[in-house]
Amino acid sequence: MKDKLVVIGNGMAGIRTVEELLKIDPLAYDITVFGAEPYGNYNRIMLSPVLAGDKTIDEIMLNDEQWYVDNGVKLHKGVEVTSIDRVNRKVIAADGTEEPYDRLLIATGSDPFIIPVPGNDLEGVIAFRDIKDVDTMMAAAKKHKHAVVIGGGLLGLEAANGLMEQGMSVTVVHLMDKLMERQMDGPAAAMLKESLEERGLHFLMEAQTESIIGKDRVEKVRFKDGSEIYADLVVMAVGIKPNIKLAKEAGIHCERGIVVNDTLQTYDPTIYSVGECVQHRGVAYGLVAPLFEMAKVCANHLARMGIGRYEGTMTSTKLKVTGIDLFSAGDFIGDASTDELVFQDKARGVYRKIIVKDNKIQGAVMYGDTIDGTWYFDLMRDETDISEFRENLLFGQAHLGDSGHGDDNRVAAMSDNTEICGCNGVTKGEIVKAITVNKIFTLDEVRAHTKASSSCGSCTGLVESIMSHTLGGDYSTAPHLKPMCGCTDKSHDDVRAAIGAQGYKSIHTVMEAMAWKTPDGCSKCRPAINYYLVCKFPELNLDDSQSRFINERAHANIQGDGTYSVIPRMWGGMTTPQELRAVADAAEKYNVDTVHVTGGQRIGLYGLKKEELPAIWDDLNKAGMVSGHAYGKALRTVKTCVGKEWCRFGTQDSTGLGIKLEKMSWGSWMPHKFKMAASGCPRNCAEATIKDYGVVCVDSGYEIHVGGNGGIKVRATDLLCNVKTEEEVLEYSAAYIQLYREEAHYLERTAPWIERMGLAHIKEALIDNPEKRKELAERFNFSQTFMQDDPWEERAKGGEAHEFTPLKVIG
Amino acid sequence: MMSNWVEVGTLNDIPKLGARVVKAPEGDIAVFRTADDKVFALRDKCPHKGGQLSQGIVMGYRVACPLHDWKIGLDNGIALAPDEGCAASFPIKMEGNKIMLSLVPEDGCPNK
Repeated sequence: MKDKLVVIGNGMAGIRTVEELLKIDPLAYDITVFGAEPYGNYNRIMLSPVLAGDKTIDEIMLNDEQWYVDNGVKLHKGVEVTSIDRVNRKVIAADGTEEPYDRLLIATGSDPFIIPVPGNDLEGVIAFRDIKDVDTMMAAAKKHKHAVVIGGGLLGLEAANGLMEQGMSVTVVHLMDKLMERQMDGPAAAMLKESLEERGLHFLMEAQTESIIGKDRVEKVRFKDGSEIYADLVVMAVGIKPNIKLAKEAGIHCERGIVVNDTLQTYDPTIYSVGECVQHRGVAYGLVAPLFEMAKVCANHLARMGIGRYEGTMTSTKLKVTGIDLFSAGDFIGDASTDELVFQDKARGVYRKIIVKDNKIQGAVMYGDTIDGTWYFDLMRDETDISEFRENLLFGQAHLGDSGHGDDNRVAAMSDNTEICGCNGVTKGEIVKAITVNKIFTLDEVRAHTKASSSCGSCTGLVESIMSHTLGGDYSTAPHLKPMCGCTDKSHDDVRAAIGAQGYKSIHTVMEAMAWKTPDGCSKCRPAINYYLVCKFPELNLDDSQSRFINERAHANIQGDGTYSVIPRMWGGMTTPQELRAVADAAEKYNVDTVHVTGGQRIGLYGLKKEELPAIWDDLNKAGMVSGHAYGKALRTVKTCVGKEWCRFGTQDSTGLGIKLEKMSWGSWMPHKFKMAASGCPRNCAEATIKDYGVVCVDSGYEIHVGGNGGIKVRATDLLCNVKTEEEVLEYSAAYIQLYREEAHYLERTAPWIERMGLAHIKEALIDNPEKRKELAERFNFSQTFMQDDPWEERAKGGEAHEFTPLKVIG
Repeated sequence: MMSNWVEVGTLNDIPKLGARVVKAPEGDIAVFRTADDKVFALRDKCPHKGGQLSQGIVMGYRVACPLHDWKIGLDNGIALAPDEGCAASFPIKMEGNKIMLSLVPEDGCPNK
């Protein structure tokens, strides 16, 4: 017989846990759910739009009653659990129902805080917590005129706005001198208040309620200073408290909330708890993102997989009050040790403040225009060094030379047919529809359903913005350390560190030791782990060809029609008549459809069948040409101008330098593709300042530039340093490439890597510390002694034949 | 319908977690070998944009299409949700180490 799981609480946290559990092990338990409210599971954060008349109850239902039937979950709706009998392992409900359990999940959420003043039990005094409260408010709005909302926080303002939309005259009473003091600082709160007053809300600040007066129904509210106002409806929205009554009465250890460990287990090992009722590492959460992360971990442990810990969530608040966008995250007040960057334009209704300490963002508060909120939050969460763009930080990401999107980033103003994801042709309307129809909350789910942002990823920020606009207040981005993929909870850095510390020598060992959830990993994690192993142990030849993408396995680029391209290396962009003749001969011999000169000064032959590859490679080899690695996460090309040999402006031998750079670094596997260039003078004809590593020759020597990108998101390089000799250029290049190889995440180009680590970090390793630079360069050169075999030659001689020949030809 | 068994090679001809192609008159068939040495055959054509499944990365009983990373079930040819579509599946039987492939696809998937 199956074990029994009983869930107390039919809200978002409890049901999300059940959903996660059904996903990983649908047969583990007979599941029974108790819900005190007479509905299925609905999206509580959407109650405000319901009150404001923008949405209906049906639209905010997440799991209707059919869902419970379809999934074999027994639902006792409208039935309140009154006690937990831990000795006999059963729960007892108000209507006498008893359900035995093997595992119990408490997800009782939170209760609104009702201030203890006389009259708080009069008719017309309510909280703002559930569908019943919304019904009461809407009914009151039809009959009555004056509403008083006690509490000037988010919930209070949303209630006030909703009641105003329903036609009531609303006064917000707040104990403090500014609104939303937990999310806003003084100036932002003042702007918010002014704007809300313009829309017709009234405010009584620093007002302490003394009593609520009325015969049967509320009539007035009286304050400590003796003043009174009329009220037909009083909504208390002064906060929530974890609902721990049941747990406490059952003797489960509670403090402010039900105390749980990192597996969401309470002090009774058969009882788990998730959601707003828990206290984890001293914190009780009231936002959606943490609940969902808890649900995922808890389900994993309920399914007895025993993988994954909940380590807390860094939250940001992005919300809309009556159409005004607000954002805050982290410490946005600051102290003597922090700097404050402030931008304010009252006339446009825009305000933003960023708190910075040691060139890292500690917190931010934004009013009006919050499009950059997710960006600031990412910078804060990743502890990115912002010194490089500090002067432009306040103006937002669009001002960092992102020529790709810029001002298009105003998602709210976009029409539904605006294309968001250029790779997969996904429009804003399709994303919004996927979110609302499928009721999804996370970026991964949006990617799975729409493909938006799942290819090059450059539209991730836009997709996240659309999600927060569509989902409203509580959308929050992923946890601090993003797992590599769905196969694991471990991050890229975790895996690299473990390979270094434990000396794992195979993909299989890594997966086994680090508790992978899938037998063979997937197309995301396997190539990454393979690269990390190859990078760490170049001398051991650990490469697993079945864990490489087809391009690297076949040493040619697969094209959309299943044919391949062949691009031989032309060192430093130089070639000879003999090489050109060999390329032309090969093109004719193999009926190449297209001959194309690439952006990196090479010649590409397109339209070859896979079986032909070894033969054409053999022909090219015979003319002295080798693989150009135009298919690999590796050194692609070194682009040059002709330099001082020919050009009247040239200052150094840029072609000669380009050839040396390319001879040194070809063949090395890297986290992503890597491009270099050498220009003979500052006119920079080789476009060295949009390369991963660019050299600009000057009269006194060489400028070394790093971290440029001319692709998805144009980024000009950062100047690393000036050096005097070619030898130094080569040493810096080797050290820089090795640092990138050892630190970047797989599939991370140098530009985002440098933005993540900060240029100061690169300078520290390469300039401030000559010893470290030399060690890095030595490690690179050591690794190269194992890498510089032409893969074409090996295969032209018959290696890996199974890759290039059919298993059998029939007919 | 009659099956039409053809010997196409031996288990050792296919790398573990890899695939090879059988060229047949009606089109290429990809023959896969999993980590536990199970062998499966699918029409070598992703239901999405026709990518060659034989060139993808094999994981568990799935293959990731090299073009856009759709995941296709090796044992049934069906795309992993939320993607929708299928590649025809061809029966395989092992005779010792020999791989016998039927050129008559299983019913159920129109993409034969």
